[in-house]
This record gives sequence, structure tokens and C-alpha cells, in this order.
Amino acid sequence: MPEGTDWSEAETRAIVARHEDREGPLLPILHDVQHAFGCVPEKAVPIIADALNLSRAEVHGVVTFYHDFHREPAGRHTLKVCRAEACQAMGCERLVETAEARLGVACGETSADRRVTLETVYCLGLCATAPAAMLDQRVVGRLDADKLDALLKEAFE
Amino acid sequence: MTFKLFVPRDAAAIACGADGVGEACASEAKRHGLEATIVRNGSRGMLWLEPLLEIEEAGVRYAFGPCDAKTAAEIIAQLAQGTSVSQISHALALGPTEQIPFFEKQTRLTFARCGLTDPVSLEAYRAHGGYQGLAKALAIEPAEIVEEVTKSGLRGRGGAGFPTGTKWKTVHDCDGDQKYIVCNADEGDSGTFADRMLMEGDPFCLIEGMTIAGLAVGATRGYIYLRSEYPHAAVALDEAIAAAKAGGYLGRNICGSTYDFELEVRIGAGAYVCGEETSLLESLEGKRGLVRAKPPLPAHEGLFGKPTVVNNVLSLGAVPFILAEGAQAYADYGMGRSRGTMPIQLAGNIKHGGLFETAFGITLGELVNDIGGGTATGRPLKAVQVGGPLGAYFPQEYFDTPFDYEAFAARDGLIGHAGIVVFDDTADMARQARFAFHFCAAESCGKCTPCRIGAVRGRETLDKVIAGDKVDANLELVEDLCNTMKFGSLCALGGFTPYPVMSALTHFPEDFGRKRTLPVAAE
Repeated sequence: MPEGTDWSEAETRAIVARHEDREGPLLPILHDVQHAFGCVPEKAVPIIADALNLSRAEVHGVVTFYHDFHREPAGRHTLKVCRAEACQAMGCERLVETAEARLGVACGETSADRRVTLETVYCLGLCATAPAAMLDQRVVGRLDADKLDALLKEAFE
Repeated sequence: MTFKLFVPRDAAAIACGADGVGEACASEAKRHGLEATIVRNGSRGMLWLEPLLEIEEAGVRYAFGPCDAKTAAEIIAQLAQGTSVSQISHALALGPTEQIPFFEKQTRLTFARCGLTDPVSLEAYRAHGGYQGLAKALAIEPAEIVEEVTKSGLRGRGGAGFPTGTKWKTVHDCDGDQKYIVCNADEGDSGTFADRMLMEGDPFCLIEGMTIAGLAVGATRGYIYLRSEYPHAAVALDEAIAAAKAGGYLGRNICGSTYDFELEVRIGAGAYVCGEETSLLESLEGKRGLVRAKPPLPAHEGLFGKPTVVNNVLSLGAVPFILAEGAQAYADYGMGRSRGTMPIQLAGNIKHGGLFETAFGITLGELVNDIGGGTATGRPLKAVQVGGPLGAYFPQEYFDTPFDYEAFAARDGLIGHAGIVVFDDTADMARQARFAFHFCAAESCGKCTPCRIGAVRGRETLDKVIAGDKVDANLELVEDLCNTMKFGSLCALGGFTPYPVMSALTHFPEDFGRKRTLPVAAE
């Protein structure tokens, strides 16, 4: 559910209710909220804080600490390209340049038509089949110019 | 007759097209009217051969790889013509899997089952020696379990190399109404994937290890803190935990005993620093992943302030073997104070990349050249980085270094989680050093100044060096900064970033615009 669905207070409360009796429920809640709405909307923060007896600042602090949580919805598809050492050794930076040029954005940004968000990831654990990337939840190894081209085409469909 | 085919469900195999190979095998077998069972197994670890298709005949598995849908169809077509598996003639035919030199040369203790079976089948796990360690553990006293682990010489496989038995004894000796076992599965180091492979290929092994740890120290709850970049591992673990619960191996009164052990997977949120144990505990508690000052140790005040064992996946994964076969059987392998085996990961620009489990003591050169076959590009090798983004870059002159905690430390390096990333001669070591600072700046939790500010200043200063601006003066600054970070940081992120930076500068000064002043092997 990458694209921003309208935020719903009732659904946020339902997610909180599902997890609030667990030990350390905040991360599971934030994951589910992001899954439901494509991001962790500002309006969800006070509801979560109230339910967990935390301050809004504490919840805000957690949302902004982790790379996975976004405050705005990402594009329809997210392409993560691994840029850690093993992928560097296999030339990932050239592929990143290609992807950035094709999308007209830098890593961490979303294309103007909001179809694709390009992200840097530090390690997908596919270091012996580098370079590696992930389109939404699908992993791709031995990435080369042709495979990248196919991924970008698929993301634009 | 029914043919038994194996196509891995490991993420690396899937990333190279294993799902397509599995589907092709199923549809081609059907088209030819062949009866075939397709098992989605774990990976055998020869990742340059993935997707690896295996076909069993008379108890022997024959390997074909790297396959795609088309080559898989060609192989199935030969089977359909009545050719016996061993006689199939195909460019991708590799003979019996276990006779491939990369596989044959290993000592697989922790990874003994990985790739053999359907990883989430409890029945298959038990049929291959699974849960024998737990049976032994249930028959002895908790203190005796701790003693076995201590005698095995097992040291923390996450990188620090702290004796696992000592950690367990501390938690065992603590009073507490609630204790925890936390598995650190936040495998964020580039070049490492052994945790992922074990969780995807033999998740019960980790579950059994955690259950034994729970019995040993008196903990009734366990958490696996898994990084979000590993969705396939999450699926395998959840399936295996459900099967273990249904089989009476988790939950209340495990195996009819008086022990309870609940286990749950928690997903991280993309913070490298959460691989540091105290930051991980903060994250599990639902907070920002800020590193805690030690003491108190997590063994005394860990998760929610309770006594907690925090162990790496591979440490816990070694435990079932140690209990089942005895501490001595494990300690018989290895050298010096590094006992047992290490699942070593060969990655980056390497011809034969994959997982190679072997006893400590093998040299870096044997691993990279003999086992790994040198660079993938065929160009001359320039450097290897051992131990992830916080590990040192070693030149070929150091290839006589034995794989051993102390031997690497003596050369200002670390084995870390045993990932080896190979670079060919196109690598620019000044840029690699800059990346080490950049990575530290991106992933710093921000709690301590040397790491938070030092990484940014280090990157800026190296930018000047790379631009040729006052090279000597700026490199002096970098060295001074590294010294501050090494001794002034709260955890290994800031504390170890100097390893890649200083090793790159020491061994490859010409990449920084400096003349080589010392022979490279000088220590």
C-alpha cells in the first residue's frame, strides 16, 4: 500500500488497539500505520501518543529516527538500490547515476509524476549476487543496465 | 517414479530468478507427464550458482546451475526422455552437489541442514537431527547447559567475540521475575548474509538455540529483532515459529516439561545502529535506537530493565550442535582462543561468492583466492574489507593472516561477522575511506559527539583531500579525528569507523595523493 490512502482516525485507533497490550508496541504500530496509509501521518501521532501514554514529542522522535518511516507518502513504487560496499565493488554507483538520470530525481526523492521513489539502502544481504536492488518487495540480484532498465519500465507502467 | 527436485527459496536465489525456475520445473514436469515433487529448500550457499536446481537420484543430489526457466526446461526434457539424472548432459550440469569443491571443503556444523530440506518443515528438521540439542538440554540442569556452552569456547559471532557462556552465566546468576533472550538479527554489515541464510534456510536451528538459551538462564520470553530489509527471513521465521508451537516446542510446557518459552519476531525499521545491542534493546522497547552507556550490562539490566541475553543469530545457531554433540566436539575445531567454526561470507567482486563454513585458522588468501577464485571481473585484486563497514581494508600482502579474532586484531583489523568484500584494482581507496565516514554520518544515532560530529567532519576533510587541497595537513587532521572517534565514541559505530579509514590510508597512501613511505607489510 505505497500510495497515500486517506487517513482514517478509526483505522489508526484499530491498529493501536491491536498492539497496545504487547510489550514495546510502538514500532509494530508505526509499521502497520505506514502500511495502511503509505506513511505515518502527522494526525496519527497524537492518537498513538495518547493511547501509549507517551508525549507527542516521543512518538515524533521515534518516527523521525528510523529510515523506514516516512511522513509523506512515497511514490506508487519504491526502488531501493543497495549502495553498500559489496555492491560498490560491483559498480552500483554507475547504476544509481543511470536511475537518477532516468527518473530526474536524486536518491531519497520521488519522481514528479509520483510513480517512483528512488531510495538508497545499505545492504539487502545479497552481497554475493551484487549489485542488488528491491522494487517494492521484490529482490533483484546481479543488477546490470538491462535489468535496471526493465525495472524502471515496470515501475512506470 | 517420482522425481524430487530442489529449488531454493533463499532471497539471493529468488533475486536471481529461483521463483521462475521453480515454476518452469513444475510446468515442464506436468507437460511431459513426469511425476515430480519440487521442494523449495534453503540455499546450499554457492551463490554464484544460484538459482541452483538439484535433482535427487538414488539418494544423491545432482546440481545444475545457474539455471533460468529455459535451462531448467531443457534439463527436465532430458529427464522426460528417460535419461538418468547422473547422465544428463548439459552445460550447467555440475555433478553431485556435495562433491562440488566449494561445498566439499567445508565443515558445516551450524549450516549442516541448510539447503537440505524444506526449511519450515518441522518433520524434516527432526529427521535431520533437529531438536536433539533441546532434548539433551531438557535432561540436564540449567547450570550444566551454561557449562557446556562455556566449555565449547563459543564466542559471540556478531563481531565482538565475547564468550557466550560467560554472558549466559551472568544472566543465569541474576535474580529476576522476568528474563529475556533477544536474538540480534539486525545483520546490517555489507558483505554479510549468513544470518539471513540460516533464518531462511534452517529457521528451526535458531529457534532451538533460543529455546535452549531460555532453559539455561531461566528466560521465558524471546524476541528475534529482524531487520526490515529481510522480508523472506520474516516469512520463514513466522512459519517455523507457528510449526514449533503446534508441535509443542514453543509455548507452555515445551516438550511436556515444566519450562515455558514464548518467541516472537519483531521487525526493525532501517537503522544500522540498532545492530548494536543496547540500541537494539531501546528499539525493541519502542524508542529511538539510541545507544546506552554501559554499565549496566544488558545481562544485568537489558530489555525493559530485566536480565537479558543478547546473542547474534550465528551464536544461537551454534548452540543446538554444541548441546547435541557435546562441547568438546565443537571445541575440537578452530585455533587459539577462536574455537569451533565460522560461517564465512565471500562477497563483492568475487568469482565464487557464497557462504563457506569452516574451522577458524584458514588464511585470508586461501579464502579469497583458492575458495573464492579471485575477482569476478578477472581484474587484479586490490583490497578486501573484512568485517563489514567498520572493518579494515587489507591489501594482498596480508593474505597470510589466519581467520582468528586475535590474529586480525594484531593487524589492526577485525573479523566482525566474517563477511569478506573483495575489490578489484578499479577501487579508489580514498573514496572508500570517505564512504566509511559518510556511512557513519548517515547511521549515527547522534548520542555521542565523536560519532555524530566526527563522521561529518571526517567526510568533509576527506573531500578536501580528494580535491587535492592541503593533502598532508588535512590527512593529519583525519588521523587525529580517527583517534578521537576510536577512543571517545560510545559504541562501535563511531569507535570502529577509524578502521576502514586508517587501514585505507595506511595501505593505499597513493590513492590519497601521498607517497608510500613504508613497505606495505610493515607492522
